[in-house]
Amino acid sequence: MSALRDGEVAKVDIAGIEVEILTRGQGRPLLFLHPHIGLDHASPFIAHLAKTFRVIAPSHPGFGHSALPAFMTSVDDLAYFYLDLLAALDLREVVVAGVSFGGWLAASIAVKTTERISRLILADAVGLKLGGPETRDIVDIFTTKQHEVEALAYHQGAAPDKDMKAMSEDELLVLFRNRESTARFAWSPYMRDPKLAHRLHRIDVPTLVLWGESDRIALPDYGRAYAAQIPGATFDLIREAGHFPHVEQPETFAQKIVDFVNRTGNKSTAR
Amino acid sequence: MRVYHMTEEPYPAAWDLGAESLRVSLPSRHCDPVLAADLYHRYLDEWVLCDELGINIFVNEHHSTATCLTSSCNIILGVLARITKHVRLLGLGIPIANRPDPLRIAEEVAIIDVLSRGRLDLGFIKGVPYEIVPSNASPIGISDRFWEAHDLIIKALSTQDGPFSWEGRYFDYRSVNVWPRPYQQPHPPVWISTNSIGSIPEIAKRGYVVGTVMLGYKAKQLFDEYRKVWRESGRPLPCPLDRFCYCCFVAVGSSEEEGLRRGNEVMAYLRTSAVVGEQYRNPPGYMPAAVLAQAYKQSGGTAFRDQHIYTKEGKRLSTFAKSSVQDAMGGGLLFAGTPDQVYAHIVDFYEAVGGFGVLQMMAQAGSMNHADTSDSLQLFAKEVMPRLEEYHATRQMAAE
Repeated sequence: MSALRDGEVAKVDIAGIEVEILTRGQGRPLLFLHPHIGLDHASPFIAHLAKTFRVIAPSHPGFGHSALPAFMTSVDDLAYFYLDLLAALDLREVVVAGVSFGGWLAASIAVKTTERISRLILADAVGLKLGGPETRDIVDIFTTKQHEVEALAYHQGAAPDKDMKAMSEDELLVLFRNRESTARFAWSPYMRDPKLAHRLHRIDVPTLVLWGESDRIALPDYGRAYAAQIPGATFDLIREAGHFPHVEQPETFAQKIVDFVNRTGNKSTAR
Repeated sequence: MRVYHMTEEPYPAAWDLGAESLRVSLPSRHCDPVLAADLYHRYLDEWVLCDELGINIFVNEHHSTATCLTSSCNIILGVLARITKHVRLLGLGIPIANRPDPLRIAEEVAIIDVLSRGRLDLGFIKGVPYEIVPSNASPIGISDRFWEAHDLIIKALSTQDGPFSWEGRYFDYRSVNVWPRPYQQPHPPVWISTNSIGSIPEIAKRGYVVGTVMLGYKAKQLFDEYRKVWRESGRPLPCPLDRFCYCCFVAVGSSEEEGLRRGNEVMAYLRTSAVVGEQYRNPPGYMPAAVLAQAYKQSGGTAFRDQHIYTKEGKRLSTFAKSSVQDAMGGGLLFAGTPDQVYAHIVDFYEAVGGFGVLQMMAQAGSMNHADTSDSLQLFAKEVMPRLEEYHATRQMAAE
């Protein structure tokens, strides 16, 4: 699509919804699905990925400056939106990589169809219920103090470069929009889709489940169990990273994706 | 002027534990059910006294908190419907956007209205932000959900040739047919509380009573906005003062000293009400993101931490949490002293905000004991209320 230019953020109409999309790099398309904290267009992991891929990084409807249609209330709605996006941009053989909430979204897309998808990367993905009713699989970010959430989310114990007082009104707007949309899509059931566990078997592309070794929002064991439910999936850890490895270890994050894509065959040889 | 008395049925025995939050997260092991039973009986006794004194009754609700043992205003109103005989019973209110089943609410309030032989005032509230987590309701779409629940409850109460079905955005029912139907036809009078000017139009358009809570002199802006929307909606003029309700603290004593001492005790509400964990104060989506961003930027990040008290002239006095008796009186949140002083102060405030037909007084709060509460209520009923009623009647006649 002509609206997308290398290194730029464009506003694109997908099925009547105007979303902002950052495009960067050349080569095989990689669709990056950001976590609930949103997408920082200057984040170094994008440049690392762009050495190998044509990175396509939208802000989900309701996040960043992307529009939010009133009917959208679930990750399922977002997943159908992304199927529309893959078709509208006519992307094929796409590597789909999502982090945390974006990982849940990536899984939710892939269980519907992998027609345009060649690889799936789920990093510190949520969306799955593993324990019993008395087990909180994923730390409740809505009832935990912000600094405690960050201490659990980041290997280094705090979010990098985040002085809210120094933010512009527009940056604050994005921050509060992201928070609101997270609640819209993940308030209850909290950060999960009860149906997902029964659909993961449908994923038929090589899948890498990547996990920050220090993630205490969703523990590495949660990631191992996630991987075990996806046919043939590989599990790998990133050292000195928490729930957002693309932020804390951008180079390793990108390299592990590149290595995985290079060493795995296409869909037909995956099994 | 109609006067209502409310207490949140506080549990002050758990207020001195040094807990960082008296709401949502304070473990219930700090609640002694034997003491709670004593408190319920005592607060009900005070409402029964109101029934004898001609003071109407106002009950609210909060959840998971030592500040308020009324976790269901409809249950307390159900008790009051049987043990009182004369006065109006206002529940303000029911957090209809936080409760998953509006039909059940319609059934509950219909029972109260019938049991009390038509004395129910039906109050709906959006609820304060920290009620979101204990209710488990989504903070997203709360206003739309509020009005859909409202529409359904009103239709459920006023429909006599049902059942009807409801297939809305938030609620889905195949057969709505409320037995008993309410005693008051077509339904009990509706009240809605808000401290936000943006919520006024929807309330005024429907001609409901608007309840403002501890708003001080800022109440005038809301009442003025209500009048404006009332007029624009083509309702008969003038807009009656009985549509406006102001909730505040009242403490009367035989001497000024006694009144102020009691005033200081009821004000404990202000000091404890704000003791709530930061993670519960501002749930996502409860306020629009654009409003949050602007308020955060303008206040340097303090926008959602403190509520402040302002004088008639708009001068900032203190935060709620750190306010003195003088601050609360200066801000029109507290009316305390001798009957003469309380009367004069309420009249002065009344004029400053353009008049109001309903005074909701929190005449019990904090650790104020039964003897002080009863005496304050009696002094008010005997020596303040008749004069206020007369003043208001004269003022209203002049307006018409």
